[in-house]
Amino acid sequence: MGTFAYFPHTEEDIKVMLERIGVSSMDELYADVPSEFIHRGEYDLPAAKSEDEVRAWFEALASRNVKLTVFAGGGAYDHYTPSVIPYITSRSEFLTAYTPYQCEISQGTLRYIFEWQTLICSLTGLDVANASMYDGPTAAAEAMRMCVACTRKRNTVIASSALLPNVLATLRTYARYSGINLVETWDIAEAVSEGTLDLAGVVVPSINRFGIIENHTGLASLVHEMGGLLVEYCDPSALAVVKTPAEWGADIAVGDGQTLGIPLSYGGPYVGFMACRSEWMRKLPGRIVGQTSDAEGRRSFVLTLQAREQHIRREKATSNICSNESLMALWCTVYLSVMGPEGLRKVNSLSYQGAHYLHDRLLATGKFSDPFEGRPFLKEFALQPLCDVAKLQQALLDKGFFGALGTEEGYVTFCVTERRTREEIDALVKTIEEAEL
Amino acid sequence: MSRIIEGLLYSESHEWVKVEGDLAIIGVSDFAQAEMGDITYVDLPSEGDEVQAGEEFGALESVKASSELYSPVSGTVEAVNDELESAPEKVNEDAYGAWIIKVKMSDTSELDSLMNAAAYSEIAG
Amino acid sequence: MRYYDKLVFELSRPGRSAYSLPAEPAGESGFAPVGPVWRETPLDLPELSEPDVVRHYTNLSQMNFGVDTGFYPLGSCTMKYNPKINEELVSLFNGVHPLQPESSTEGVRAVYDFMDKALAEITGMKHFTFLPCAGAHGELTGLMLIREYHMSRGDTARTKIIVPDSAHGTNPASAAVCGLEVVVVKSRPDGLVDVEDLKPLLGPDIAGIMMTNPNTLGLFERDIKEIASLVHECGGLLYYDGANMNPLLGVVRPGDMGFDVMHLNLHKTFSTPHGGGGPGSGPVGVAERLVPFLHKPKVSGFHGNFGVIVRACAYILSLGRENIKLAGKLSTLAANYIKESLKDSYKLPIESVCKHEFVFDGLAEHGEVTTLDVAKRLLDYGFHAPTIYFPLLFHQALMIEPTETESLQTLDAFIDVMHKIAREAADDPELLKTAPHNTPIGRPDETVAARQPILKYSKQ
Repeated sequence: MGTFAYFPHTEEDIKVMLERIGVSSMDELYADVPSEFIHRGEYDLPAAKSEDEVRAWFEALASRNVKLTVFAGGGAYDHYTPSVIPYITSRSEFLTAYTPYQCEISQGTLRYIFEWQTLICSLTGLDVANASMYDGPTAAAEAMRMCVACTRKRNTVIASSALLPNVLATLRTYARYSGINLVETWDIAEAVSEGTLDLAGVVVPSINRFGIIENHTGLASLVHEMGGLLVEYCDPSALAVVKTPAEWGADIAVGDGQTLGIPLSYGGPYVGFMACRSEWMRKLPGRIVGQTSDAEGRRSFVLTLQAREQHIRREKATSNICSNESLMALWCTVYLSVMGPEGLRKVNSLSYQGAHYLHDRLLATGKFSDPFEGRPFLKEFALQPLCDVAKLQQALLDKGFFGALGTEEGYVTFCVTERRTREEIDALVKTIEEAEL
Repeated sequence: MSRIIEGLLYSESHEWVKVEGDLAIIGVSDFAQAEMGDITYVDLPSEGDEVQAGEEFGALESVKASSELYSPVSGTVEAVNDELESAPEKVNEDAYGAWIIKVKMSDTSELDSLMNAAAYSEIAG
Repeated sequence: MRYYDKLVFELSRPGRSAYSLPAEPAGESGFAPVGPVWRETPLDLPELSEPDVVRHYTNLSQMNFGVDTGFYPLGSCTMKYNPKINEELVSLFNGVHPLQPESSTEGVRAVYDFMDKALAEITGMKHFTFLPCAGAHGELTGLMLIREYHMSRGDTARTKIIVPDSAHGTNPASAAVCGLEVVVVKSRPDGLVDVEDLKPLLGPDIAGIMMTNPNTLGLFERDIKEIASLVHECGGLLYYDGANMNPLLGVVRPGDMGFDVMHLNLHKTFSTPHGGGGPGSGPVGVAERLVPFLHKPKVSGFHGNFGVIVRACAYILSLGRENIKLAGKLSTLAANYIKESLKDSYKLPIESVCKHEFVFDGLAEHGEVTTLDVAKRLLDYGFHAPTIYFPLLFHQALMIEPTETESLQTLDAFIDVMHKIAREAADDPELLKTAPHNTPIGRPDETVAARQPILKYSKQ
């Protein structure tokens, strides 16, 4: 045997084990595999690297990424990560455990999931939340499927065209294969009131792809009159200040937990969340943690309502989800514990003020017009460029900025979080002012 | 040994039927509730739903299992036992007292294919 | 482990804070938005100091058991050791926005390119997509690709998928989400797919078959060649559920066995930590003829769980072409060693060489003692329990998967304890029925939890 840090077997150990089994070699344990399927040649992979070599390999790659100051959103936001979070989430008791099947030695995981469920209910105003989904877009897709499941035999879901592009794309994918009639429209109220007899649900963004905080007054009752459920896609960080799904009268809320302190990380791992009114509790997909007690009356937590799930109900389960994003739910739970109501409000306040400052300064350059004048926004906004978009984007990249994200409608969006300083904002504006576009 | 009551009809999927005119009162047998263990939830249909003989109309759930309920007859759901929503344990306590739905039958001849107590005791002894 | 009874909400005191943010800009009007779109309900979040937060979650973590705590032989979950260097590398990419132009993300792309090539080489597939975030997500994506393939040929009648009765629950669930009707093929008494039962199921309505090989009993499906040719002859495709890929790592390539589509669980076979239930990563690989469809289903938000992919990449670099040839074999060796050592005390329903895992059907002499009791007693001895009551083929299933990263001493200690538990079952069954005794809590009342669900904290 060579030496490899993760294989503890000595020659002698292997001999002992083979003897106990009654075979002469490890190859003999594969005698039931047709011999043509045994891969005898060498794998075309690099030679084993030492720890230092692995580190150097990645550092070299990382240096090939260009470090940019982020003024873009589009579903991923550059918020601050308190240093407490990676410290806690890297504790091996959290990191190297799996789904809490053995609750007696998993109370740590079960308790933080219970806290996460509570916090998601606090933010959304809804009654129950699950233990997490993969990300925001897949949570939206699960909500779409849940609308169909809750309304029995109804099969049309109307989705707002103003949802983030990656949310719409994921909805389209899931609808295509599960046979849901997905209707996309810019005018939700009209599409709903025009009427379809099999309306299962409506999916709208709390804050849309242009950064506008939408006004959903009266929408829930309209959707309910037509027999459907209302799903709000939201930014959980923003829910500290914008109207909640419960306040709009929604049945289900979904979104991405990334804004709760998860680094951009090229798009993942993030975490989806999902909450609903209690009447739909039994149709929620995924794991759910509940409180109970042991024989001695100690408060205890368990995975519950499992009869909904794939390992019990197989093809009749509410979803196929098994592994979720538990550690990222812990990440967000710690984030909210660190920030508290005042910290989260301040994140939004700083982002709001920075974004409005940038918005006004960009308009003053004369290189943009405002297609959504007077509409409320928080940290992200869209402008109509009066110049060449590709040149604008390149000019920003050349100076180390990532902003002016193009939309399908021909606008560009900018985003300012609490991490952007006034100096950075001014430098971005100056770059645009000076660029020949 | 599970209880089987004379005078009821039984399906192979362990539902019992009590016939009152064209009304079928449906529950699950004592055998079925014992197999499930502690029932934690009864998934009920709505009044007015149409059911078909042999098709699913709801489900029983326990902590680690789920079991679909199949209607022994076709017809319209006239009543559902709402009490089971908050007290599913009633099915465990008295399987023959805890009816689940009442169906106004569209074809009473479907009853002919069900078992009487003696026949059912062969499969659910 | 010590019982600790706090929830974060109970530690809250108004006015405390643990955040650290820059000051609000001076001389501006501030943030006091008015209008119909702003939140009215007060926001109820806990208020703690930073030391409070750290101590609370540290206390919670100490009621948890992970791979770093001890042996974790959870069948079908491949709880192998999670190398620490892998963790350190992830933060190198923290600041990269997922929508950045390619010119600024060369390093990130290089990780994906390496992984595409490496996984293709390891599995015999042509290319991979990395969008799926977990194994079940990979299954769903793979089934979408199978449907795309048939639809592209105008073969729209293929709406059924064959799934063995021994399959993981995610298989039929994924098929249902993908709009496919599940047809179950039975296992023979020797635990393998019954080819004679399969034959009459094949026809022009079959989109394919989902196979786990080795299957959930840890048995290699010896008839795979015949199954592959039967399914292909009828026009169907073969899906490989990579949940059980570990024993084949470095030994057998699913592509060579005739599989057309597969997923890998990077959090199982490729050593990335399970995170208390995720994040995982479930890349899907396809054979040449399915490559045109590979990137069509947009199944997640951006580029999949990049951070998990980085860890798996580091693992492959550490393994290298030398060590990979031992990974699967050592996992198979460990499983057979435990099986042979315990088969007198526990009922081995199928006598056969296993791969990385195997299933006992409870204690050989069980009396009143169930598999659940055995599992709970194991916790007292400092081991995680195996997977229990799965697969459904046996009533008292106890599914053991040791992985290749456990030493002979650890395996022997586990074997000793399992024997001891078998003796306890005979001598003092009550001790097992009331286990665990040395854990922060005893068995909780799960019936009450499901009957009257309490799913969030409420102030008294």
